[in-house]
Amino acid sequence: MINVLLPITTIWRREIIRFFRQRSRLFSAIAQPLVFWILIGSGLNASFQPFGTSEKQGYIEYFYPGIVVLVLLFTAIFATISVVNERREGFLQGVLVAPAPRWGIVLGQALGGTTLALLQGVLLLFIAPLTGIRFGLTSLLFTLGVMTLLAFGLTNLGLLIAWRMDSTQGFHAVMNLILIPIWLLSGAFFPSTGAPDWLTWVMKLNPLTYGVAAFRRSLYFDTETTIGNMPTWTLSILVISLFCFLTYLGATLTASAETNKKHA
Amino acid sequence: MSVNRITVQNLTHTYGTRCALDNVSFTVPRGEIFCLLGPNGSGKTTLFNILSTLMPPTSGNVNILGHDLGINARAIRKLLGIVFQHPGLDVKLTVTENLRHHGHLYGLKGKSLKLRIFELLERFGISDRSHDLVEKLSGGLQRRVEIAKAMLHSPQVLLLDEPSSGLDVGVRRQLSEYMISLAETENIIILLTTHLMDEAELCNRVGILDIGKMVALGTPDELKAQIGGDVVLIETTNGEVLRNAIADRFEVLPILTENYLHVECERGHEFVRDVVAAFPDEIQTVRFGKPTLEDVFIKLTGNPFV
Repeated sequence: MINVLLPITTIWRREIIRFFRQRSRLFSAIAQPLVFWILIGSGLNASFQPFGTSEKQGYIEYFYPGIVVLVLLFTAIFATISVVNERREGFLQGVLVAPAPRWGIVLGQALGGTTLALLQGVLLLFIAPLTGIRFGLTSLLFTLGVMTLLAFGLTNLGLLIAWRMDSTQGFHAVMNLILIPIWLLSGAFFPSTGAPDWLTWVMKLNPLTYGVAAFRRSLYFDTETTIGNMPTWTLSILVISLFCFLTYLGATLTASAETNKKHA
Repeated sequence: MSVNRITVQNLTHTYGTRCALDNVSFTVPRGEIFCLLGPNGSGKTTLFNILSTLMPPTSGNVNILGHDLGINARAIRKLLGIVFQHPGLDVKLTVTENLRHHGHLYGLKGKSLKLRIFELLERFGISDRSHDLVEKLSGGLQRRVEIAKAMLHSPQVLLLDEPSSGLDVGVRRQLSEYMISLAETENIIILLTTHLMDEAELCNRVGILDIGKMVALGTPDELKAQIGGDVVLIETTNGEVLRNAIADRFEVLPILTENYLHVECERGHEFVRDVVAAFPDEIQTVRFGKPTLEDVFIKLTGNPFV
């Protein structure tokens, strides 16, 4: 019986080595959300006061956690998109014919993407004080924990999609039609309070809403800032844990099914 | 089932309604270099993907060294070393990193892995490039790394899909020599697919595939012995007419493929002389020689080998 840890860690490590050898990826995943944040945040800061937040908290501060989540989403997506190409090339075929179980291969890929997303998310935490968010040690630890869960879930969501795609164009379509709307309707961009009923419901059913809520709560854990009408801590953590589990399960099952198809 | 051979029985594979493999059977014993020869679309890549555990067949049995493919793919995977047609290296990693990654997937680690990598780099003459990124290597060198990678975990069966595509003649010869010595010294099975006749000639046995069917199986000499005597190849612009004229005049049955007539005959040199004298205007070029595997393919299928 081959030690499964070895394949998992080697796949994980490869993702990270590759990332650092392609500097442009680091830049692209972080630059676009930052530009969004500065332009949209500054633009709306004067005219838009998010419903249910305190007077002190302007839009640029409200938008900040949303931007961090967007960076996590982008990095997770960029990390998984390589699966689409590698499946057509020989590299992933070589991994698939090795005696490592499918769940281990997917776990290695997921941990790789999670690590990369987390690295970029942490970079963004350094600018939090500029927005007026002050967090202490407890808050920081909770924040890192929530970010890890979010990154893991989003990477697995990316893998779940990537394993069934045969072209990167298809992946871009899914990204624009599904992933970006999921982010837009997660409370990252605007709060659900005051939105029309149907939209409130969509946001309630969106798992990322709970991710963003947990992330906001962890950022403000040490302070008494009002953060509006959001899901509770317990519910949020429960939902994103479940999200992580289901997306990982889904990605593993997809990878197994795709590689056992008779019409591959 | 024997632990010393690959046995393929009545293997059939369909994609929708298209039949890619039609009731194919053969066995390959240890120490043999076996070649699947066929043009594009003959089903050899489908067969290759099934043998490499990438996809299950529609029906039929495959047993590799005593393990049934349908039951115990995991056990088989440990025994296989595979070189796919598409490049299988990560070009952003160095040669050593690629080999280490592969070793870890097969459960090799630490000092023994390091030694094994060193040994293979030496054997393939790539030690001096071990810390270069794969993308900096030439196509021939990359192919050598691929084969080193496939051999890293000391497989009992080496599968190679079109191993020499994109390689120049010198590197191809080196590769063939290496495979021959490997089959002899390590007593492993080497199974490769190719559409190159000279590569097939070097193998112990050749199975010829055409549209999913195994149309011939034997040593290159046995296969070529199916053709009596010599083969004369006549290039003409007027194939149909000339074929009938030649068939009427000489006691032969020419096969027409595009602009070429293939004629099998006992005494080729005399036939060449007579046929050129008889149809000086219709014939553009004449080539004459001992039969090749390509001639065998054309004789068996009536189709050009493309």
